[in-house]
Amino acid sequence: MRIPLIFSKSVGKMASESPLLQVIDLHVAREGQPILRGIYLTVEEGSVHAVLGLNGSGKSTLAYALVGSAGYQPQRGRILFAGQDITPLPMSARGQLGLTLAWQEPARFEGLTVKRYLSLGMRQPDPERVRSALAAVALDPDTYLSRYVDDSLSGGERKRIELAAVYAMKPRLAILDEPDSGIDLMALEDIAALIRRMQQEGITVLLISHRDQVVQIADAASLICAGQILASGAPHEVCERYARCCRACDRAEKVESEVDYERL
Amino acid sequence: MSDFEAILRAYEAAGGDPAFLKSPTVGSLVISGNQVLGLNAVPGLSVEASPLADGVQVAVRVAEGAKIAFPVHLCFGVVPAEGVQRIVVDFQIGAGAAVEFLAHCTFPNALRVQHIMEGEVHVGAGATMRYSEVHYHGEAGGIEVLPKVRTVVEERGRYRSAFTQTHGRAGRIEFDYQVDVASHGLAELTAKALGYGEDRITIRETIRLNGEGARGLAKSRVAVRDRAQSHVFATTEGHAPLARGHVDCVEIVRDQALAYAAPIVVVTDARAQITHEAAIGTVGKKELETLMSRGVEEEEAVDIIVRGMLGE
Repeated sequence: MRIPLIFSKSVGKMASESPLLQVIDLHVAREGQPILRGIYLTVEEGSVHAVLGLNGSGKSTLAYALVGSAGYQPQRGRILFAGQDITPLPMSARGQLGLTLAWQEPARFEGLTVKRYLSLGMRQPDPERVRSALAAVALDPDTYLSRYVDDSLSGGERKRIELAAVYAMKPRLAILDEPDSGIDLMALEDIAALIRRMQQEGITVLLISHRDQVVQIADAASLICAGQILASGAPHEVCERYARCCRACDRAEKVESEVDYERL
Repeated sequence: MSDFEAILRAYEAAGGDPAFLKSPTVGSLVISGNQVLGLNAVPGLSVEASPLADGVQVAVRVAEGAKIAFPVHLCFGVVPAEGVQRIVVDFQIGAGAAVEFLAHCTFPNALRVQHIMEGEVHVGAGATMRYSEVHYHGEAGGIEVLPKVRTVVEERGRYRSAFTQTHGRAGRIEFDYQVDVASHGLAELTAKALGYGEDRITIRETIRLNGEGARGLAKSRVAVRDRAQSHVFATTEGHAPLARGHVDCVEIVRDQALAYAAPIVVVTDARAQITHEAAIGTVGKKELETLMSRGVEEEEAVDIIVRGMLGE
């Protein structure tokens, strides 16, 4: 899939007739401070779409707003999923529609086994898929199925299990928030393989990262800065702009630290 | 239905498997009210039980060096809606012995039932004892459970006790366990309880690490909702060099329920080290939302988290 590089808010308007996800003029504030300031984003069904941006640019806030996390309700704008306005829907309902998130820093669960955790998002129990999901993130099912999703797992193991849980669920749209954080560099290939596997099974992936190496595996990419999408297009073009403009800019960090965001 | 059949049904409701109570190769004891309905000893294990006016006096002996192959199954219960059951029990685990007890305490119809446990436990040098007690109280909440156990763990002995009440109303639980641990001995006390309605749960766990290198863990997991209340007092004391102890309390509170935790650490020897952690609150937002993002409804997600914490 090849998408021309667009440097404007009109990205939402250039979408195909029936994209899986459309974000239209999304505004989200936290504790009175605007974080997302009019996001326009279109994700085509079956694609891997990356959102690239520095820390503090609003990437995770966008992810939380998309899945309906409490405290991230938009003050303005709409989220369309498969043509349906899901903006007012609670998180569970969005999950049931097939919209889920692999968390950047996944939660721990005392007493919940990996087997049960991976099964929670499935419509029907499927032990074979649970096993293959673990194998897909390079974890031995025989070793991990009976382990608990608690503090006994290392950060890397927990992260892999999170990705496996999302894969096992077979959602329509999987948002992967910094999937490579906490996993060693060698595992980047594992993540790329998992994303390709998701795509082959018809899972659309919204890949959120601050690392341009990760974004290279996407079909399309968008550059986020200070709560706005600055550009969308082919990954290498977006990465090039990211490298040229964003690396030398401290605007995103300022967003997090400044009280008066609008003065930036 | 005979009394034995009735208590077996109640035992099953509490999660027990009646087949173990009938097996000649498995040590077992069945007490309904103040009646001893079943008793089976195996080589190395002796069990004596004699009725009291309001319960049963029990003496359990494990011979020195005996390794009891299968867990010993105990069933205590009151089937009628009203009654008192007092179990006065003395466990003597001989030096070097190893034994595990699985106790099911069942009060399925309790409207006004009192279950009192007065226990003395002696774990000999180098011996290992595991004691797991699972309760089922029915839904009326008319039960009072008052276990009071004093345990001594001798040098290099190991004692692990787990109390679980997670099915049915807690009613009123006053749990009071104290353990004294000698050098290089180990004690682990775990209490898990679920309260709702007007339930009242009080857990008092005390571990005194008296000998050099003794280790202890006092762990509690309690979830309360509606107008239930829980109070946890977990104490670990280090009185000897290289004693290591930890207190770990987690309570989940919802609705108008009340949870109180007081982890207490006492050290009288500078070379001992005791740590503690306590967390009280509602179900964590991130845990909850992680499950909801998989399509699980909020109420079910809370239930999954609470049940996981309580070890189900």
